[in-house]
Amino acid sequence: MAAARKSSSGTSRTRSSAKKAGPAIVKFDKDQELHAYREMLLIRRFEEKAGQLYGMGLIGGFCHLYIGQEAVVVGMQMAKKDGDQMITGYRDHGHMLAMDLDPKGVMAELTGRRGGLSKGKGGSMHMFSKEKHFYGGHGIVGAQVSLGTGLGFANKYRENGNVAMAFFGDGASNQGQVYESFNMAELWKLPVVYVIENNKYGMGTSVARASATTDLSQRGASFGIPGEQVDGMDVRAVMAASEKALKWCRDGKGPYILEMITYRYRGHSMSDPAKYRSKDEVQKMRTEHDPIEQVRKRLLDSKWATEDDLKAIDKEVRAKVAEAAEFAQTDPEPDVSELYTDILL
Amino acid sequence: MPIDILMPALSPTMEEGKLAKWLKAEGDTVSAGDVIAEIETDKATMEVEAVDEGTLGKILIAEGTDNVKVNEKIAVLLADGEDASAIDAAAAAPAAAAPAPAAAEAPAAPAAPAAPAAPVVAEPVEDPEIPAGTAMKSSTVREALRDAMAEEMRRDEEVFVMGEEVAEYQGAYKITQGLLDEFSARRVIDTPITEHGFAGLGVGAAMTGLKPIVEFMTFNFAMQAIDHIINSAAKTLYMSGGQMGAPIVFRGPNGAAARVGAQHSQDYAAWYAHVPGLKVIQPYSAADAKGLLKAAIRDPNPVIFLENEILYGHSFEIPDMDDFVLPIGKAKIERGGTDVTIVSWSIGMTYALKAAEELAEMGISAEVINLRTIRPLDIDTILASVRKTGRIVTVEEAFPMCSVSSEIAYQVQEKAFDYLDAPVTRVTGKDVPMPYAANLEKLALPNVSEVIDAVKAVTYTA
Ligand SMILES: Cc1ncc(C[n+]2csc(CCOP(=O)(O)OP(=O)(O)O)c2C)c(N)n1
Ligand SMILES: [Mg+2]
Repeated sequence: MAAARKSSSGTSRTRSSAKKAGPAIVKFDKDQELHAYREMLLIRRFEEKAGQLYGMGLIGGFCHLYIGQEAVVVGMQMAKKDGDQMITGYRDHGHMLAMDLDPKGVMAELTGRRGGLSKGKGGSMHMFSKEKHFYGGHGIVGAQVSLGTGLGFANKYRENGNVAMAFFGDGASNQGQVYESFNMAELWKLPVVYVIENNKYGMGTSVARASATTDLSQRGASFGIPGEQVDGMDVRAVMAASEKALKWCRDGKGPYILEMITYRYRGHSMSDPAKYRSKDEVQKMRTEHDPIEQVRKRLLDSKWATEDDLKAIDKEVRAKVAEAAEFAQTDPEPDVSELYTDILL
Repeated sequence: MPIDILMPALSPTMEEGKLAKWLKAEGDTVSAGDVIAEIETDKATMEVEAVDEGTLGKILIAEGTDNVKVNEKIAVLLADGEDASAIDAAAAAPAAAAPAPAAAEAPAAPAAPAAPAAPVVAEPVEDPEIPAGTAMKSSTVREALRDAMAEEMRRDEEVFVMGEEVAEYQGAYKITQGLLDEFSARRVIDTPITEHGFAGLGVGAAMTGLKPIVEFMTFNFAMQAIDHIINSAAKTLYMSGGQMGAPIVFRGPNGAAARVGAQHSQDYAAWYAHVPGLKVIQPYSAADAKGLLKAAIRDPNPVIFLENEILYGHSFEIPDMDDFVLPIGKAKIERGGTDVTIVSWSIGMTYALKAAEELAEMGISAEVINLRTIRPLDIDTILASVRKTGRIVTVEEAFPMCSVSSEIAYQVQEKAFDYLDAPVTRVTGKDVPMPYAANLEKLALPNVSEVIDAVKAVTYTA
């Protein structure tokens, strides 16, 4: 009894991980920087617009914005191959845009219209695209981890060389099914990259208040799954770590854990007053670590782009988002007959 | 053109709010992202960020104003170079798309009956559980639930509450507001997101005699924990030959909220009511919520306490007494009547009562029973009413198949077959996962006119 107590308090300290630094940051070439800039900006502007439409009552229910975390999904996107799958929770708009889904379809799903990716029947938290290898969009915290493990299982079963990327939060990383999945994935050497998006809070609870050990990259240690912490605000670090992890999986060595250290700027959902953190904390992340500003600065410093070039990109992105928002407001609601379709085949 | 700043929607269920404070004054410049005002919803104080930039030209709603409707104009923003005269010019122009309040929500007006009968007057009903002459006060369901927990925690040191965001955040739906302050972190416990784990932990603690109140952020997430609720909580008393049970309450919002989609909108009453060893409660009013939650906490058995998010903000009269406890397993006649019995519970009561009101106008007298407890089922109160009216309509939001309505229908035909003048009829949610789209969601849920139609069918007045 006494021994057990001792060991549990022993693990409750944060281990200062030797793996914290992750791989050396690769330098991006001009095309990569421009690509990352454009993709992250699209997510940012899309989410700002979604927030605006929510305020106008055009989007209902829960709406979880990805603002601040853009580098995570874009860095992974830049490392993945065609055919690799993604699956995530309810904070999913960014993942869909990164998987090349039409912003019009995503926005129209948010407004519940027939042109939405789920015909308006799924909503913000529930969107899918088999064609683009995006498997949702799940509202139950932790569910995507087992499901993502199943995607990896299918890849191995079919020997198709693809890797599944299962994204989940720091809060989700305490769900039991995560560890059941870890065990099976390592036992059967399944090609799954577990991407923990550690944005420091699960709703209003900080990682330290919810997790006995706070180095989440080591959560697979007892199963023998390698893991590392990555600066999730730096798209280059994300891409480098992702390439390594994806290769590990593709080489048949089993799963890999990437803990992306990131931050969400907005509340948990639109109705979160976010009283659990200070304004300074948010402001500091915005001004010192913003993923998009980092790329912007590098582009300007290296003279790969002028202010005018970047303004032109911004204009283009805004136009794309405006077009999506326009479609999402003018597209009709689903036909009432849709109420009874898609329940069984 | 000046840009109108509208009252924003800040939560799935927000329809109006209080404009608590302006953080910018007329004439101030505003850039996108600036916090311009604070708004109080029923759940929280939220900041409003500007989406556009310009100068705050005119404040239309003064700070401190209550009940400002979503999308009402609260201020006008001027673009560079515009001055206040632009506002007047804009005001002179025909108002663009004036909001059409409530029109979409009102149920279709029922067609007048062929021979308009005289409106009936509802018999007033006293609640037999409330001593005559008791003073009443107004309370929301939210406050009633909080007060019930606080009173029981004061009374019994072995009662504690645990769940996600119940302590420091004051509850995701603000039901545990203030409890951390009063009872400290020892008894008001924030858990990690591990429903299966903390439900099992709660049952284990209850086996030793502690009295946990386990809050599920919503009952949708209790599906992660349902094994412990059924296999551990419900069956242990029996399996241990009566040696140990689990005096535990599992509570939280259940059923559809608003536009939160299929995985977050489900009514679990029938799931739990199926299981021997559990008690299942679904309160409607603030008095139900308070009196029954106190009873549930005192009950030595596992109790499933299914709340409704939409009802949290509703206000009701509640007895102003020191220790108001209602009996579990006892239904309440909310409205007396003679022509038909309508049985409902939880949010279904809002449809049932509204329908009864409109039916009275048409000359049909409906008796409305608020079931309050699903298991044990107060079939005697239902039967007594049906023997009088000869007709029964049940109203619930759950799926129809194997629903609580199905069970009521079975028991009524078994025990009052000879009294029935029409088939037992149910109004339920549709047999589909909850759609997100506004129009489909509305169709998936029951409504007042469906209840009226069902009553007309069983009274042969359609
Ligand atoms: C099983 C389950 N429990 C609780 C919830 C309510 N909930 C939704 S998101 C959330 C916080 C999750 O935090 P995290 O995993 O860190 O992800 P983040 O929101 O930060 O992206 C909670 C508690 C849920 N959806 N599902
Ligand atoms: Mg988080």
